[in-house]
Amino acid sequence: MESLEQIKARAEAAVPGAKIDIVANPGPSQQSSLLIDNEHAVAVAKLLRDDPALRFDFCSNVTGVDWLDRTVKKTVKVKKVVDGVEKDVDETTEEKLPGYLEAVYHFYSMTHKHGPVIIRMRTADRADGARLSSLTPIYRSAEFQEREIFDLYGVRFDGHPDLRRILMWDEFVDYPMRKDYREPDDYEYEPTPHDDVLEKAKQHYSPRPQLDGAENITAQQQ
Amino acid sequence: MSATIQTLEPAAEQPTRLPPQMTSRLDGELLEVSMGPQHPSTHGVFRMNVALEGEIVRKLKPVFGYLHRNHEKIGENTSYLGSMPYTDRLDYFCSMTNNWAYALSVEKLAGIEVPERAEYLRVILAELTRLQNHASLLGFLLSDMGAWGTPLMYAFREREKILDLFESLSGSRMMCDYMRFGGCRVDAGVDWMKLAKKIVDFFPRFLDEFENLIVENEILIARTQEVGKLSAELAINAGITGPMLRACGVNYDIRKVDGYGFYPRFKFRVPLGEHGDTYDRLMMRVLEMRESIGILKQAFEQIPAGPVMNPKVKIRAFRPPVGEAYGRIEGPKGELGFYLISDGGTNPYRYRVRPPSFINLTVLEDLCLGHTVADVMVILGSVDIVMGEVDR
Amino acid sequence: MIGTGILKGMAVTARNFVGSYFEKDRLITVQYPEERTPLAENYRNFPFLIYDTDDAEAGLRCVACKICEKECPPQCIYIIKSEDKKPDYMGKPQFYPAVFDIDISVCMSCQICVEVCPFEAIKMDKVFELSRRERFDALLQRKRELSKSNTYYHSICPTEAAEVDAKLAEAAAKKKPTPPPAAGSAPAAEPTPAPVI
Ligand code: SF4
Ligand code: SF4
Repeated sequence: MESLEQIKARAEAAVPGAKIDIVANPGPSQQSSLLIDNEHAVAVAKLLRDDPALRFDFCSNVTGVDWLDRTVKKTVKVKKVVDGVEKDVDETTEEKLPGYLEAVYHFYSMTHKHGPVIIRMRTADRADGARLSSLTPIYRSAEFQEREIFDLYGVRFDGHPDLRRILMWDEFVDYPMRKDYREPDDYEYEPTPHDDVLEKAKQHYSPRPQLDGAENITAQQQ
Repeated sequence: MSATIQTLEPAAEQPTRLPPQMTSRLDGELLEVSMGPQHPSTHGVFRMNVALEGEIVRKLKPVFGYLHRNHEKIGENTSYLGSMPYTDRLDYFCSMTNNWAYALSVEKLAGIEVPERAEYLRVILAELTRLQNHASLLGFLLSDMGAWGTPLMYAFREREKILDLFESLSGSRMMCDYMRFGGCRVDAGVDWMKLAKKIVDFFPRFLDEFENLIVENEILIARTQEVGKLSAELAINAGITGPMLRACGVNYDIRKVDGYGFYPRFKFRVPLGEHGDTYDRLMMRVLEMRESIGILKQAFEQIPAGPVMNPKVKIRAFRPPVGEAYGRIEGPKGELGFYLISDGGTNPYRYRVRPPSFINLTVLEDLCLGHTVADVMVILGSVDIVMGEVDR
Repeated sequence: MIGTGILKGMAVTARNFVGSYFEKDRLITVQYPEERTPLAENYRNFPFLIYDTDDAEAGLRCVACKICEKECPPQCIYIIKSEDKKPDYMGKPQFYPAVFDIDISVCMSCQICVEVCPFEAIKMDKVFELSRRERFDALLQRKRELSKSNTYYHSICPTEAAEVDAKLAEAAAKKKPTPPPAAGSAPAAEPTPAPVI
């Protein structure tokens, strides 16, 4: 298989204007990925699929990832002149990175039996109407998986033929896989003796002490 | 099954004209039927919205989610170790291969070595899982076709012997929770190996009988040949994996391609189909079982002594380095993958399951169009789904 | 000729039918509950707490370290640590669980609590006939129901229990020159009976 740099160069040559970055993977798995801009994703995916040297004809896994807003502290050593003497001083800068939603695709080639090549697309922000372009016209296997990302993360895929909720019911409002999702206080629960769900649910229903006896336990202890 | 409207006009000139929105326009051309979710032949709580013209399927939309419990969210809120028993509950027929796929991904994520004996044990257990999964699938498929009971009971009888093996090794028949990243939880003793060998040696007798029972059966041939044909191009494009893909003649077996575990050390062939119809999918399972028996016999010969657990791996408070990994294995139903992102903490930042039977359902509509309702059951049965994995 | 395939299948059914009277592996079902198959030694169902000697309170090995509570994937263990300390089986003063509950309607028998417990205090039981008429209260097992003697452990998992005993004895020998009452060697009272249905 060609290296990621070669694939990047090939794609940039074939798709004019495409912005492609390599996202390094620091872990031992050695699976780095290509970050592709939204407008050219379909063209790049088509190239990956059809280029005779690449032939990534099998889109195995499509998934969403939620990255929250975060602040990154960077410590840089700077030379500063303090009291007339040059000294190394640590300077900490805080950088606010806006969060985004990400769609990650894992491609393999059934023709050449190589892979994976991983591509990612990022939305601009985590707002409700976050958009990405759909790769379902290129890979049918993305159909249900993109619907799943829409359902659980709230990414809208432009060009998807049938974008509906898939696992949750249609009337469901929130996106449960987002990292800041909070379940409603009174959602269905299985009471266990030390359940905070029980505490929350108590605000909505009259207590049913015969359910579990958790109240008695705390009473005994105090 | 419940029919919603009955007024059916005599077939007009364009019988295949579809209403643009199945739910909004029901003007009597097509009959909309909701099949499932509580129908025994849907293998769990699976529903299909089917539009029928007479008895012919003109449109079919699968509806998921009745067993959805957000397995992935649970995985993100549990430690790496704590997710292992939950993977048993994905595809509850094949907990051993689920364990393996998850363990493999974590091992990739953290760069963990697995001792040789553990790898052999994993191969043995995965192939036993394949045997019992395929056997029970054939039983279910036949009972979907109306061979009610008998073939299913024969298949379950053999499956039960393998489940007893699992129980005596891991403690549980179906929720094995047997593998750990870095090896396996307990070692298999000499007695277990003997018993396993005996059961594997007996398995071909069951296969021969089962083949006699079904392969030449005229009713089965009439029901399955040329039913639900899938072309190789569509299968690849739609991400179909496992026996269903190979029934279309695409030679893609992850055991060969990735060579994970110690599969490169074993001699086995990859059976391929020719027509991609239901009959090929069915025979693919029979042939794969024969290959599995071959692998098992080689594994029993070759398995070395030694530890089954990498002593360096900390099970509790396990923190893999920052990074991500996608690990996949050839499960009995297709490519089972786990995609993990670690932020250096004790819980995965992202935990994703690539469920083979869910993605194999992508082409269900294409397979069923133009066939009768009764064929839908047969086609669905040959896809081999388990709702625990489809809905997660 | 059409029909031969079906006839072949019929022959298989006939062979199985007749064979089920003569061959053991063609008929593997048993008439439960009158007949039972023996349970494998590794078989696991729900966890229980082990105590040494014959005093379920004093001999309890658990020191309420709460590791199992933290690691249990469905969070079904509930522990309240004691205020005071009592001597454990090695004579060292330790905390003990004032409350130790396992909600077995939630427990999924994954055995992770057993794996992570550093004190060999919790093990998997083999009792599986636990059906109750009431869903919540009866399925919440308290410390009293969970505590079972080491002798009982020996009776359900002889090999494993012997290994555990040897390990504990070794640890005890290393710690103290004077041998404490070796874990498990003391004859305990008769095993706690399985919960009455
Ligand atoms: S067996 Fe598993 S679920 Fe049950 S108490 Fe132990 S850790 Fe929790
Ligand atoms: S059972 Fe073991 S892990 Fe759990 S609190 Fe007691 S000593 Fe700690």
